[in-house]
Amino acid sequence: MPADFISNLYVFILAGFVGFEVIRRVSPLLHTPLMSLTNALDAIVVVAAIIIAGRHETRLTTILGAIAVAASFSNMVGGFLITDRMLRMFKSGRSKQS
Amino acid sequence: MNALDLQQYLDFAYILAVVLFILSLRFLSSPASARWGVLAGEIGAVLAVGATLFNPELVQYKWIIITLIIGAGVGIPLGLVQMTAVPQRTALSHAFGALSAAIIGIAEYYVGTAPVTRFQMGEIALEVIIGSLTFTGSVIAAGKLQELLPQRPIVYRGQNIVSLSVLGAALALAVALVVNPAHAVLFPIMVIVALIFGVLLVTPIGGADMPTVISLLNSYAGFSAALLGFVLNSKVLVVAGALDGSSGFILSVIMCKAMNRSFTNVMFGAFGQVQVSATAAKEERVVRSASPEEAAAILSAASTVVIVPGYGMAVAQAQHKVRELYDMLTKKGIDVRFAIHPVAGRMPGHMNVLLAEADIPYDRLIEMEEINGDFPQTDVALIIGANDVTNPAARTDQSSPIFGMPILDVDKAHTVMVIKRGMSPGFAGIDNPLYYLNQTLMLFGDAKQFVGGIVRELGGGH
Repeated sequence: MPADFISNLYVFILAGFVGFEVIRRVSPLLHTPLMSLTNALDAIVVVAAIIIAGRHETRLTTILGAIAVAASFSNMVGGFLITDRMLRMFKSGRSKQS
Repeated sequence: MNALDLQQYLDFAYILAVVLFILSLRFLSSPASARWGVLAGEIGAVLAVGATLFNPELVQYKWIIITLIIGAGVGIPLGLVQMTAVPQRTALSHAFGALSAAIIGIAEYYVGTAPVTRFQMGEIALEVIIGSLTFTGSVIAAGKLQELLPQRPIVYRGQNIVSLSVLGAALALAVALVVNPAHAVLFPIMVIVALIFGVLLVTPIGGADMPTVISLLNSYAGFSAALLGFVLNSKVLVVAGALDGSSGFILSVIMCKAMNRSFTNVMFGAFGQVQVSATAAKEERVVRSASPEEAAAILSAASTVVIVPGYGMAVAQAQHKVRELYDMLTKKGIDVRFAIHPVAGRMPGHMNVLLAEADIPYDRLIEMEEINGDFPQTDVALIIGANDVTNPAARTDQSSPIFGMPILDVDKAHTVMVIKRGMSPGFAGIDNPLYYLNQTLMLFGDAKQFVGGIVRELGGGH
């Protein structure tokens, strides 16, 4: 078993626990924005796509990388945009009067 | 600056991005700080993407720039969709996320710089299978939510055996590849079989189970990204994927609990089968109905009103009329609150977003556990387009398919009013005894028009 795998497993397990603790505290009011925000964060796979597309190894991998860049970057842009639009709508009773 | 130094700077940028991602979710704990969460996430993403562009491995930028522009061109309109279209947009973004994770895994297999070891082959195969099935599954879910595909569960005899055999075939191909990674011809076959499984997985699932399915797909998309992080040895992907995966997983658990069902029951036990017996048992019972005038009079006389919104409100686009009703009643000094069932609508939190869009303050949106105790002191419970989540049979009738599901105890309110198109049963195909209670008034009609009618009557009184 490669050493990289073990260190990645550590990171994965710790991040899973952090995620569990942080997300458990998210108000159920915001479960829809939570999903769109985690989607936008998950779109960080774009960094791997960029490397595949820019490393230029074979034509096939460049094409695959290019599709992946477009798909994940659209998620990143769209995800942050819609999350912000949703969160802007949530107003408390007091701020509504102003 | 030599390459080693540069690599370390890039790693620091990624670590900072990871910290910002965790903070981003942390800010989401309250609506007041939530927008800071978006900002933190955005800064983290810009840092990570910016740093990656300096990666010394990159030799050609043309396609990167073109596809980033295409991605933004697709993403901006998808970020500007109507709030009623958020569930299908979310399903589509799960599809995009899973697609890119699967494709990168496939590309990694074909890179061919070094022969893949068995261990790497196993990682890639698992990652590509999960990514592929999540991609097609999410596309089907988006199609159902957009009503391009029927929302009813599509079921046939022996369905589960067929679906599980297809999954088994994909896994068998993966094992064959691990045993001998040189059998390159098996790889595309495995991808295709996994894509087919995604279709088979989601097709039998009906509209009302979408909150669970969408959460599960969210979790799969996250875990496929985390697995990709293992394949590429990229910690930022492992962390982001683990956060997304655990978020989807927690939401799925919440949704399943709110329906008193298990994962396997949602995935493999479509509700459709119980319909026949439930409709057969139908008998003639008396229902009392009322006009908008009568409804307005009863609401004016109330001092506490609880409105229960459901998917029907979203379909009828009635949320803005509901806000007018809320304003009218509040002006008369009536205490108006909204009772939100966790699975109301088509995705977690769906009702909250629609009502917030209609400018209803979020402190008026009350969760099920919190508001259930207040129904006995509530003068009027007004149900708009919700059905199964208000069915008292879930508490009392052991033979009911939804027995044990936590519901909103609207039947304990002094008066119950239900806006509904007709007497058709809800998604689960179950009759709702609530409609035959003495204190229940049925308000037949389109939700938007009926609420509009009540608002006109209330306005005319002044």
